[in-house]
Amino acid sequence: MTTVGAASSITRADVEEFLYEEAALLDAWRLDDWLALMTEDAVYRVPSNDSPDADPQNTLFIVADDINRIRARVARLKKKDAHAEDPRSRTRRLLTNVRIVGRNGAALEVEANFSVTRFRRNDGIRTYIGHYRYGLRVEGARLKIAKRVAVIDSMELGGLGSISFIL
Amino acid sequence: MNASNWVINEPEAMRFQVNRSTLIDPQVLELERRRIFDVCWIYVGHESEVRAPGDFRTRIVCDRPVIFCRDSKSRVRVFLNTCRHRGSIVCRETGGNAKSHTCFYHGWTYNCDGELDAVPGEDAYPPRFRKSDFALKEPPRVASYRGFVFLNFDADAVPLEDYLAGAKEYIDIIVDQSPTGQMEVIQGLQDYDIRANWKLLAENSFDDYHLISVHASWLSYLRNSGVEMKRPEKGHLLPGHGVGKPLGNGHGCTDNVNFRGRPVARWIPIYGEEARPEIERIRAELVTRLGEHRASRVADTNRNLYIFPNLFLNDGSSVTIRTFYPLAPDRMRVLAWALGPAEESPTARAVRLDSFLTFYGPGGFATPDDIEVLETIQAGLGTYREVPWMEVTRGMAKESEQLNTDEWHLRELWIQWDKLMRTERAA
Repeated sequence: MTTVGAASSITRADVEEFLYEEAALLDAWRLDDWLALMTEDAVYRVPSNDSPDADPQNTLFIVADDINRIRARVARLKKKDAHAEDPRSRTRRLLTNVRIVGRNGAALEVEANFSVTRFRRNDGIRTYIGHYRYGLRVEGARLKIAKRVAVIDSMELGGLGSISFIL
Repeated sequence: MNASNWVINEPEAMRFQVNRSTLIDPQVLELERRRIFDVCWIYVGHESEVRAPGDFRTRIVCDRPVIFCRDSKSRVRVFLNTCRHRGSIVCRETGGNAKSHTCFYHGWTYNCDGELDAVPGEDAYPPRFRKSDFALKEPPRVASYRGFVFLNFDADAVPLEDYLAGAKEYIDIIVDQSPTGQMEVIQGLQDYDIRANWKLLAENSFDDYHLISVHASWLSYLRNSGVEMKRPEKGHLLPGHGVGKPLGNGHGCTDNVNFRGRPVARWIPIYGEEARPEIERIRAELVTRLGEHRASRVADTNRNLYIFPNLFLNDGSSVTIRTFYPLAPDRMRVLAWALGPAEESPTARAVRLDSFLTFYGPGGFATPDDIEVLETIQAGLGTYREVPWMEVTRGMAKESEQLNTDEWHLRELWIQWDKLMRTERAA
């Protein structure tokens, strides 16, 4: 992962490079390397489709992981008995419309659109479309992920089924 | 299609087999729609989802779009969401509060009591046209038990409480979590499809036999998070004792001594030290209100409660209302909500929701593996002509109690299903 300068000087190109790298790690199922991108207080969330702007403290989400749960999720997914991902889904992530929407000291608020396709055996390709809300932070001249919220556009999961992979 | 070949139940021979065609044949599903879903009490929603007059939710219940709402007198009502004029869905919002609902095709407007209030150009209709003849239709029967609202498309159905039979006792245990008997549905609907026959989810949701194999990774997660789990006792497969119980009319439940933690009210390390005093306070409230024995029943046991044909109240790592409808022989739609005591503190609510996600839902650590196994079964059913039978005999030869890993409660599901499917109905 390339190093970056002070948060105030980070450009959209820096953020794009970072997010493309993250997407590549996930598509390659390099989950430990992906985990290394997280801050010690990172959260990963997928809100329920009917409550895209809600708070997981008072609203049921699909995923609402703190860093411990993110680590447990990765540990689970690496095992053969995470049956929903055995064999692993093939995913392909397209990220676009990347915008830095806020800066505060070492922290950046970033939004990006995503189209994630997922292929499992005996099945057509499922396409997850939506946007990410990232909280990024500069730590030791590297960008890290403090918050990662994947908001799906569809009104229900419906045919998308489960989110057993990392969206 | 030969009904006599669906379920073979020969207790003397200790034989119980279900024909796999029941899970794949489109004719079976057509018959199920008429003989099961149109005659059983079907869950619509929870009273807490519509609190004030005019509050409404729209959803599709057994293929019928409905408006689930409170009328002007604060009564819970269910209207079929179709305009009496040309049939369009009248209310297209998913929920909200409205004094009236207007069909946008020709502007017919219904008030929140379902009455047709306004018809543009009413004077062009003949003299016999009366608006009072065109109220929104209601299902023949609507009734509720402890806040859970059901409908029935059969006007001659037995009363809801008779239908629920032994399930009522278990609903009561769940509702006893609340100091005032007020449970509420929490915001955030999990709404997803499973590419499998709906009856596979019915079985799976209260079959504990699959826990150690399908949910091995979840059990590892608990163990790695500091949850103490004993080695299974002799004759048991699971860390805690639990039974499987039929409750009449095809309903049933697992009734387990808890080992997995409960937001009400058994703390496990996953909840975090900071939540511990709150869980202990909830426990103390239970004991004060219900006495030690009943408090322990509420807090130290968990249950997956099946209400035939398509409702579960799973009171385990959290409480979930889970209902599901067939979309096709090999596909169902699942709706799942979290349920909690209305007076729960923000801390307890957060623990409840977090605990929910350790197991349940399309992003949880267990449900995705259930979905996978149901879809894997469905894929295997292409062989149903060559391999026609499912074996459902676990526990059949036992004199002792039937465990949650036995299949007595599953057999009762199939016996009820078979009985209804053999009962002829007017088309």
